[in-house]
Amino acid sequence: MTAVAERPAAPRGRRIAVRHGWTIGICVLLAALLVVEANSAPRYSSFDFQSLVIAALPLAFAAMGQAAIVISGGIDLSIGAQMAFTNCVAAKLMQGHGMGDAILVCLLVLAIGVCIGALTGAVIVASGVPDIVVTLASSFIWAGAALVVLKTPGGGSPTDFQNLTTLANVWEWLPNGLIVLVLAYALVWAPLRRTPLGLALYAVGSDREAAYLSGVRVGATRVFAYVLGGLFAALGGLALTSTTGIGSPLSGDLYTLNSVAAIVLGGVALAGGKGGLLGPIVAAFVVSIVVAILVFWGVDSNYGQVIQGGLMVLVVMAGGLLLLRRRA
Amino acid sequence: VSAVTQARRPPVGRVLADHPLIMLAVLLVALLAACEIAQPGYLSGDQLGTLLRLAAPLAILAAGQTLVMLTGGIDLSIGFSATAAAYIMTGQSSRGTVVAILIALGVGLLIGTVNGIGVGVFGVQPLIMTLGMGSVVIGVLTVRAQDFVTGAPAVPGFVNDLATGSLLGDVPKSILLWGGLSIVLILALRRSGYGRMLYAYGDNPIAVRLAGTRAWQLLILTYALCGVCAAIGGLLLVGLTNAADLGLATSYLLPSVAAVVIGGTSIFGGVGTYSGTIFGALILTVLDSFLTLLNVAQSVRQILYGAIILGLAALYARTAGRA
Repeated sequence: MTAVAERPAAPRGRRIAVRHGWTIGICVLLAALLVVEANSAPRYSSFDFQSLVIAALPLAFAAMGQAAIVISGGIDLSIGAQMAFTNCVAAKLMQGHGMGDAILVCLLVLAIGVCIGALTGAVIVASGVPDIVVTLASSFIWAGAALVVLKTPGGGSPTDFQNLTTLANVWEWLPNGLIVLVLAYALVWAPLRRTPLGLALYAVGSDREAAYLSGVRVGATRVFAYVLGGLFAALGGLALTSTTGIGSPLSGDLYTLNSVAAIVLGGVALAGGKGGLLGPIVAAFVVSIVVAILVFWGVDSNYGQVIQGGLMVLVVMAGGLLLLRRRA
Repeated sequence: VSAVTQARRPPVGRVLADHPLIMLAVLLVALLAACEIAQPGYLSGDQLGTLLRLAAPLAILAAGQTLVMLTGGIDLSIGFSATAAAYIMTGQSSRGTVVAILIALGVGLLIGTVNGIGVGVFGVQPLIMTLGMGSVVIGVLTVRAQDFVTGAPAVPGFVNDLATGSLLGDVPKSILLWGGLSIVLILALRRSGYGRMLYAYGDNPIAVRLAGTRAWQLLILTYALCGVCAAIGGLLLVGLTNAADLGLATSYLLPSVAAVVIGGTSIFGGVGTYSGTIFGALILTVLDSFLTLLNVAQSVRQILYGAIILGLAALYARTAGRA
């Protein structure tokens, strides 16, 4: 919620104003939902907030990966499967080892994520097969690979590694998971966005031909977007390992759909070239908090899926209508 | 020898590009031969009948997907609509077979129409509209599973017989439904105004809109038809398995898209045929059967399945010069 205020508002024309408007809007929505949740809970405490962060963390990473790819004009329907695969690899390798080994495993898993992303992007660019088809097919491959690593939910991870996301060491209202998330944003996306490579992502996403004519290496940029996506998916897989303590070959099932919902709510245009990563992160919290509120209300939490699907469609509808009015 | 093949290659390539069905037929025969090699005596009339029986639901789901993809869209809710139709039909079977089937088709029609309104009237991207719709459908189905059931849930005998029964010898009964649907669809795509407009819209939606046609009606009709196809596919599927659960057809999403893509329909719209999709569905079914014959673990099967679909799509993109 406070993250928006920290970002320097760069008055660079209307498009940026619109973009910030969206991010602020989704933050207001999150704030309102937090108030609703606080009033719904019998006794709202920092523990409830920590649970929210734990629930939202894997989705937030999935949304960041999806957002990076969609901004560049692609889409990845294999994010969930990639998360399940990295989740299983991490849990299998970490089982029975200490924190030192766990850090090595983390680095290895992140490298695997980067390789998966590079492979996906290279196949898409080299074969000319559309993103949807390639990633739909590769989702089968990674889901199968997850089953090869772990047939049933299992594996393990050191307690210290789990504490990285589940505890709140600094302040009870500042869970470790939130710090991890902010670090990932600050270390990966925030510096990248201003570099030529970051700008190339937006350029390729908004008009591939114009980007090519301006000297942007379109193919390499698209592959890079998938590399980013793979990196964030691997972070998501690690977050799953850390928050659940184990690996599960089916853990990624919902994250593909939910990541698309989160980027749409977060103001990333499916056509590419618009939006950032902050909106999707906040949207991941919105999606997770709706489920938490339903639980507090004693409503079947499966309605969360209904609300999420409906919300996703309504947001795009509203966006479309707004655009029509602005053009008129 | 190499010089001769080199000289002959361009015309062969051109023939293949002009008639992609030849390549698909060769691929299908090659896969069947591979099955025969993996297990001698595999290719019996009985086995071919079984393959057709298994291919029918997929091919009908893919028929709806073909229509939608010809407009440049995609229906990611197809597995959920099929599941919903099949599940609700078994729940309502105590009302009589005809009513239950009509209710199932109505469910498909309703879901498809809502998709069509979202895409056609409100201009929501098909991917988002159908993804959201699928999420709503499966959510409602999960929460209110009991409300859709009156009396003991059962698959009507007629549906079961249609999906598993045989006509003469080994010819499956479902081929009647599938064949009839295919003929209607292929004729409609080639000869009717609807078909022409579908290709025109897929090729250039803006031009079609500027030409003064009501594109939104086309889109609503197309998504509604896709929903009905999904429902029919779901019925055949539940007829085959003889028990409906909430995961019945959800795994059919990728195969339905893959069958269309392998069959040569462009995901960007405007190019493609249903005959190609039929080959796509047959190839996928034989491929699945081949992987079963190899007797590898489910996980490895899944990896091979995804990789081969990817390879076929890439091969097709290369040969036909379009994606």
